[in-house]
Amino acid sequence: MRTNWKRATQLVSASAVALLALSACGGGDIASETQQNEQNAGSDGDCGDVNMALNPWVGYTADAYVFGAVAADKYGCNMVYKDLKEDVSWQGFGTGDVDIVIEDWGHPDLEDKFFAEKGDGSATNVGDLGATGIIGWFVPPWLAEAHPDILDYKNLNKYAKDFATSESGGQGQFLGADPSYVQFDEAIVKNLGLDFKVVFSGSEAASISAFQKAEENKEFLIGYFYEPQWLFADVDLQRVALPPYTDGCQDDPAKVACDYPETPLQKVASTKWLDSGSPAVDLLKKFNFTNDDQNTVAKYIEEDKMSPEDAAAKWVADNADKVASWTS
Amino acid sequence: MTVLASKPEPGAAPPPVEVESRRAAAARKWVWTAIIIAVWVVLWRIFHGDATLTLGQRDHTPLHQDLTGFRDSVLASRDTNPFVSLTYSIGERLTSFADWLSRMISTKDFPRPYPQIGWLGVVAIATWIGYAVANLRIAVLVLVSFLAFGAFGYWEDSIDLLIVTMLAVLIAVLIGLPLAVYYGTGGKVGVGILTTLMDIAQTMPTFVYLGPIVLFFGIGTSAGVVCTLVYALPPIIRIAGHGLRRVSPTTIEATDSSGQTSWQRLTKVQLPMARATIVVGLNQTIMAALSMATLAAFVASPGLGKPVLRALQSNDVGGATVPGLLIVLMAIMLDRTTTAASLRAEKASRGGHDPKWRRIILAVTAVVALALVYVSRTYSWAAGYDNFLAQLKSSAGIDLTSLGRNTANLVDDVFNWISSTFDGITEAIKNIISYGLLNPLQDLLSESPWFVTGLAIVAMASLLGSIRGFVSAVVGCALLWYFDLWHDAMITLNMVLVATLLVMILALVFGVWMARSRTVDFILRPLLDAGQTIPPFVYLIPVLALFDATRFTAIIAATVYAAPVAIKLVADGISGVSATTLEASRSTGATTWQEITKVQLPMAKSSLVLATNQGLLYVLSMVVIGGMVGAGALGYDAVLGFARSEEWGKGAAAGITIVVLGVMIDRICRAAAADPNDQSSRLQLEWVKARARFQGSRSTV
Amino acid sequence: MTTTTTQPAAGSTASDGDAGLTVKNLWKIFGRDADKIIGTPDADLSRAELKEKTGCVVGVKDVSFDVAPGEVFVVMGLSGSGKSTLVRCLTRLIEPTAGQVVIAGQDIVSASEAQLRDVRRSQVSMVFQHFGLLPHRQVIDNVAYGLEIRGVAKKDRRAKASEIVELVGLKGYERSYPDQLSGGMQQRVGLARALAGDPSMLLFDEPFSALDPLIRRDMQNEVIRLHHELGKTMVFITHDLAEALKLGDRIMILRDGAIIQVGRPDEVVGAPADEYVRDFVSDVPRSHVLTLKWVMRDPRPEDSMEGPTMPADTIVRKAAQAVLASAHPVRVIEDGKVVGIVDDEEILRVVVAEEDHQEVPA
Repeated sequence: MRTNWKRATQLVSASAVALLALSACGGGDIASETQQNEQNAGSDGDCGDVNMALNPWVGYTADAYVFGAVAADKYGCNMVYKDLKEDVSWQGFGTGDVDIVIEDWGHPDLEDKFFAEKGDGSATNVGDLGATGIIGWFVPPWLAEAHPDILDYKNLNKYAKDFATSESGGQGQFLGADPSYVQFDEAIVKNLGLDFKVVFSGSEAASISAFQKAEENKEFLIGYFYEPQWLFADVDLQRVALPPYTDGCQDDPAKVACDYPETPLQKVASTKWLDSGSPAVDLLKKFNFTNDDQNTVAKYIEEDKMSPEDAAAKWVADNADKVASWTS
Repeated sequence: MTVLASKPEPGAAPPPVEVESRRAAAARKWVWTAIIIAVWVVLWRIFHGDATLTLGQRDHTPLHQDLTGFRDSVLASRDTNPFVSLTYSIGERLTSFADWLSRMISTKDFPRPYPQIGWLGVVAIATWIGYAVANLRIAVLVLVSFLAFGAFGYWEDSIDLLIVTMLAVLIAVLIGLPLAVYYGTGGKVGVGILTTLMDIAQTMPTFVYLGPIVLFFGIGTSAGVVCTLVYALPPIIRIAGHGLRRVSPTTIEATDSSGQTSWQRLTKVQLPMARATIVVGLNQTIMAALSMATLAAFVASPGLGKPVLRALQSNDVGGATVPGLLIVLMAIMLDRTTTAASLRAEKASRGGHDPKWRRIILAVTAVVALALVYVSRTYSWAAGYDNFLAQLKSSAGIDLTSLGRNTANLVDDVFNWISSTFDGITEAIKNIISYGLLNPLQDLLSESPWFVTGLAIVAMASLLGSIRGFVSAVVGCALLWYFDLWHDAMITLNMVLVATLLVMILALVFGVWMARSRTVDFILRPLLDAGQTIPPFVYLIPVLALFDATRFTAIIAATVYAAPVAIKLVADGISGVSATTLEASRSTGATTWQEITKVQLPMAKSSLVLATNQGLLYVLSMVVIGGMVGAGALGYDAVLGFARSEEWGKGAAAGITIVVLGVMIDRICRAAAADPNDQSSRLQLEWVKARARFQGSRSTV
Repeated sequence: MTTTTTQPAAGSTASDGDAGLTVKNLWKIFGRDADKIIGTPDADLSRAELKEKTGCVVGVKDVSFDVAPGEVFVVMGLSGSGKSTLVRCLTRLIEPTAGQVVIAGQDIVSASEAQLRDVRRSQVSMVFQHFGLLPHRQVIDNVAYGLEIRGVAKKDRRAKASEIVELVGLKGYERSYPDQLSGGMQQRVGLARALAGDPSMLLFDEPFSALDPLIRRDMQNEVIRLHHELGKTMVFITHDLAEALKLGDRIMILRDGAIIQVGRPDEVVGAPADEYVRDFVSDVPRSHVLTLKWVMRDPRPEDSMEGPTMPADTIVRKAAQAVLASAHPVRVIEDGKVVGIVDDEEILRVVVAEEDHQEVPA
């Protein structure tokens, strides 16, 4: 056995050296592709790796891959996508693990920690993404149709019993969301005197699954949801009106009794990367992506089951003018 | 000859008094349990809702704030604190090494559009290694597995998962073997400490340490490798240490008497003799590493966990199932390969030299493999699997380009049919169990004043496990109270108990069935093996669709996860019942039912206790996943802490509370099982083995 | 037993000169604070009483004896009598609680680790009941193990080992693994391993009790042969009296860790020190053990003094034929003098008593 191994390793290493030497000299079709890439990279400044955080929702994936497609195509960037929750992504700005969070729904606590104003300055706001986030209370479409008055919060108590489940202890059930999202539902329920109990779904998947099922089986369900979201292409959830949002009505989490604000989604990037002179920095500053754009790409991915790369490529091909405005 | 020892003659009648007292003791236990529960219920009726220590979903206590503060200070000091700098630099090194490997064999090495060695080269080398370390069958298995990784469209993710797994295993072996030697030969105190640490590592849900590890090692591969390492380390220490401990004392004595030094004893006697067990430990470490590396996708560690997670976000059952099955395939491949390799190594160490023809084949195939490596560096069809599939389609007319997606769609169809067909039934089951069992029990546990519930737990633990049970329960309850999440802990405890009950029902039914029928065993066993390897996320969505976002979904997910182990333990325990006893019972004309209830189950008692204990721990490890599907309580707190910066401290407290619950229940069970009537040494051994299995096969949370 | 012969003094000692092994006041007590018991009145308690009182168990209780160079010294007792503990204390495989063990002038109990290793490597080897072979090594490497850890070069130790393998009759099995051998052959390997280091003393811990009777007999003969050829000092532990009588120059009987009797085989059988020993030896074919010295009687006036003469240490069984054939009583000679005579009656008494020993009053 031992001599056998010895011989084998000798043979392997000798052949390896020979073969590597051979293949290093090129030939074949790979060498030409490599040269092509080198030229691309050289044409517009050195872009190198761009670390894009991928926060866990499809809309985000859509923005991120469209940006990535353009950056790779125009500037020869090597896009590195990292599946991360928001909180963890922000920690990555300082360490160089993350360069861009392209769709931020507003995290005052993280901003305090990482923006220059109060925190360590490892992150910088690059401006509006162009899309608007809408958070609110939603019911499945059949319910809105069958009981139109349900869309006003004042009538909710009337239906509380219908919303009761095994989890809600006799009260109506309000389905809370993935813990990572901004939410004040327990306070709203309490402060509006609603006979509901907040039961947390715990994840986006659980919430989506619940709404899909409620629509299919015509069940009562009310819960926290948000736009843009691919689910709206499938189940057109209806928003329940809460007392309208006014400035400052959500400042004290315990006293919230109003609806959620509409959030202009932000682009955030690592300060270090912004100063790096990467050609993609300019692209990021000009990058503008609306709710419709995002829903289109998200639909490609969700409904048509395209890979994010293909979906982004398709959108880029169909929207040459928009892309041109980012790269000019 | 006069026998001078005081032992009774064999065959002498046992003293009847003792039998009486045992029976009486058992009866007394039941009476006391009934009394405790009765008192508890009365107090619950009187004080319902008082002093329950309820904490709102988004409330936290000063303790939680302090924990968050600690996290913030670590974060703030990551450039200045030497310890944090050290861990960061270790993390960076790990990441850059893994990146390098990945550019070699899995992902594009920019500006080169492919890795240095394309898929064909990697497949060739892997297959050759399979043949070299094992045999032709393994080589074929490796070949098929690697081809499947590519054919289903997950080449890069699969290879990345292998890289992270193997890197972690390598480090685990480097650290683990010396520790195993200590564990196997060291003094009582040190080994005790090591055991406790490993118990904690084993009970701790992954989410609990994902956060801190990211804090110290950064995001991505580094965090992935470190979590995997933490998780994969105990099996090799435990099993290899156990092997060292089990080396025949006669042999050690005999060789000691030749005047060997302790180093000689270790290297010439203990390690060689424990070799087979050490390989089992290695095998279990690889399995544990694989399951954990999958989960590390949560901190952006590359691998097959990534597509599974992504599919979870879009409720794509099929999209999660395909990579999930590839993980199972990879697990089977690694398991069979290490097992076969250890057999070959065993043979080689026994002087079984390779026949000449095998050496020739090895040399020839090595050259072929290298030639293929060269090809894979030169032609794009041999470098990128996609290109290969496209080529296959255009030149041979075989279209495999959407094999993965088609399979996923098929799975979707099947699943949709199931969920639409059985919806009413699942709803009914859910409601019966929720209203009939879950809600009342939860009310009793969580709505009694905390000290009442605490006292009840302590009283029952003392009854079952006497002094050791008492101590475990008192320490456990005190810690639960200290971390300010008592109410949530009780709700979680309730779910854990109900889930364990379901697990044990399944374990009894299927375990007995498997033990009594070879056919059933033959069919079920591979399914159970797969069930233990597949990541829980894969079946989360189907379960969600069937049972909504409720505690019941969490319970079902935990049951699905924990049942395979418990079933196998029960089946093995019952199969172990002596055939002679069974024959004797049959000769008395016992019916099948009598045979099961009066002979097989009582004689397999220790296995049943063990299955319950392991079932409990498995269920507990799913608590965090439960938090993601509507179970609330501690699981939700842990997810919350992981997801939201300002809740970090509460999440950490929830994690610790889960660990405390786990260790407390485990210790009480062990105290209860350490009944002198059992053959305790056998039970101990099974316990070690089961722990090993637990470590190995848990594809955890 | 109804013999009324004079009994030689019990507890004869080893022959004079340098003892191969001297054990003085050796104690082994298992349990906490065991060393504090010795010297207190507690030490005189019986094993059961001590356990009751302190929780400690006596393994070896104040044992002293000498073994002469070249002697085969058998230690015997039932299980739990402390004999295995005693033999392990000799090379400190079990750490003695108190006392002295002197081998070749060196006190083992106070020896340093290195000195102890040296003794184990070059002076004393041991053979174990369950062999204790290394399953992952071939016979030859098992035998060479002791040499290997001493640092003997591979070639030399293998040469030496194959000599020894041949000596114990295993030639041709050098390349086998232990699990390919029968129990008896495995124990031959154990024996060879012990012999390979050329020690001056061999310790045997019930080496043959795991073997079946025929093989056991072969192995006993093997030991006798080796002793004859090599002349090593041997301390042999057994619970089998027949084995003890067959092999032992002297026998020491232990009970509850303490010495009950030390003596030559015929002394132990002919003059048991107490009931315990008497019980032990009651099954023994006495004619195989006792010598004429034990059965002779003083000549009476009417006895003929014309019979043949025989030495006093002739075994009864061997003398029987001649005595019965002789018309006159046989005269027993010791140191050139007639010390007694043996007639048919004395011989028959031993032989018949044996045949229905159950009726012999204890």
